[in-house]
Amino acid sequence: MLDVVVVEAGYGAMPVLRGVTLKVGIGEIVAVLGANGAGKTTLNRTISGLVRASAGRILFAGDDITRAAPDQIVAAGIAHVPEGRRIFPNLTVRENLDLGSYRRGRARRAANLERALTVFPRLAERLGQSAGTLSGGEQQMLAIARGLMSEPILLILDEPSLGLSPRLVEEMFELIARIREAGVAVLLVEQNVVQSLEIADRAYVLERGAVSLEGKAATLAADPKLKKSYLGM
Amino acid sequence: MSLLLPSIINGLTTGAIYALVALGLTLIYGVLHIINFAHGSLLMLALYAAFFAKTLLGLDPYAALPVLLLGFFALGYALQRWVIDWASHGRDQNILLVTLGLALVIDNLALFFWTSTTRTIDVPYAFEVVDLGVALVPLPRAIAFVGALVLAALLWALVGWTDLGKAIRAVAREKEGARLVGIRVEHIYAMSFGIGTACVAAAACLLLPTFYVTPQVGYAFVLVAFTTVVLGGMGSFLGALVGGLLLGVVEALCGLFLGESLGQIGIFALFILVLLLRPTGLFGARLA
Repeated sequence: MLDVVVVEAGYGAMPVLRGVTLKVGIGEIVAVLGANGAGKTTLNRTISGLVRASAGRILFAGDDITRAAPDQIVAAGIAHVPEGRRIFPNLTVRENLDLGSYRRGRARRAANLERALTVFPRLAERLGQSAGTLSGGEQQMLAIARGLMSEPILLILDEPSLGLSPRLVEEMFELIARIREAGVAVLLVEQNVVQSLEIADRAYVLERGAVSLEGKAATLAADPKLKKSYLGM
Repeated sequence: MSLLLPSIINGLTTGAIYALVALGLTLIYGVLHIINFAHGSLLMLALYAAFFAKTLLGLDPYAALPVLLLGFFALGYALQRWVIDWASHGRDQNILLVTLGLALVIDNLALFFWTSTTRTIDVPYAFEVVDLGVALVPLPRAIAFVGALVLAALLWALVGWTDLGKAIRAVAREKEGARLVGIRVEHIYAMSFGIGTACVAAAACLLLPTFYVTPQVGYAFVLVAFTTVVLGGMGSFLGALVGGLLLGVVEALCGLFLGESLGQIGIFALFILVLLLRPTGLFGARLA
């Protein structure tokens, strides 16, 4: 469904992605692992159109979205929940969620809002509050709920567990599993290697802007190389 | 003291126009984070448009208002999208210079084509008054007051309740998040600039029946509008509205007590006072 084919991208003259190839199938959870600076966030930003690929192709549901603008990519069904959440702090929780369906899913806004609030009951209590006053965990939930408001086919999550308490991290991974059960594919970028591999179907390891290792999540979890470099075993 | 109440009411009618001009300025500032130096020139242009609509087409300024509103919205949209944004490469200091340059070009073109002659229009209702019991208010001023408040309320509703308004506020604070929900940031910039410009077109139509137009006319208003925006709090809607009305009243009262020509002293005395005591303005920042 999502096909990233030998994509290169970077900022100015500095290349970050040096030919990344990766696939996400319908309803799959795919984890992308790698050290800081390996290019995980740039990969996400390139898929969602914030960064232009300088080479290679990105296909989504049969369409070439390599040169598409971010709003066209949202309209196609990709929702990107970025690192650092990027919620609208000056707007209320409710308004943040409304804007989640600005480009896609507007017709079913009320129904989707209700569904998002059953998934995130804590947001329901805070609908009229400005989003900047939420706790870090609540802001992360809001960012994900805002992403779901656009009825995505593919949800990109960038470090969703960053800065959350261990209990909330646990909750976050349960939530990601539930999102997939609802039929949404998830591209999950995480530092949290063990838990990511537990819920993912497949995984890629990025190293210096290229895929160095890929396979079934269970296979990778047992891979001695990965164990050594990421799990410290 | 029998002059006091009429003075205050007169000040409120002027203040409503200040507020309308300032609302446009504060919207553009709040979203694009730039001071639009061309704002006064666009007001002048709108006054000429209303003037020629009357003299060439026989269209009353109030009848021309909806047309000019749309026309200047389109002009503002186009200016931001295809002149300011294009020429400034998205850098704030460049935007500042581009709007300043635009102001110089518009002002001098106006001077070239229309000379510095002061022009006014004749309307049949110019000397009609509304009797409020405590004071007689010239009809055009009463219309300007009500019209400005209605437009301010519409703008308030637009920014507060519509998806466009939410997107405008979202872009003001979080551009990247806005892009990620599919908001086209350049479009929202241009919409904000267009709406801000539409505000001066409305102000021009409400103003012209009791005012004049020359190529320099924008400065008088935009200076007060800048003051209003800072006084009310940069980017604050309520601040622009209250600030505009307040300045109108202060100006009228100073005119009453110090003599007509010294009325504006009060505006800047109040301005300095607010800057000293409350530098963020009366209402802080709402949009930004």
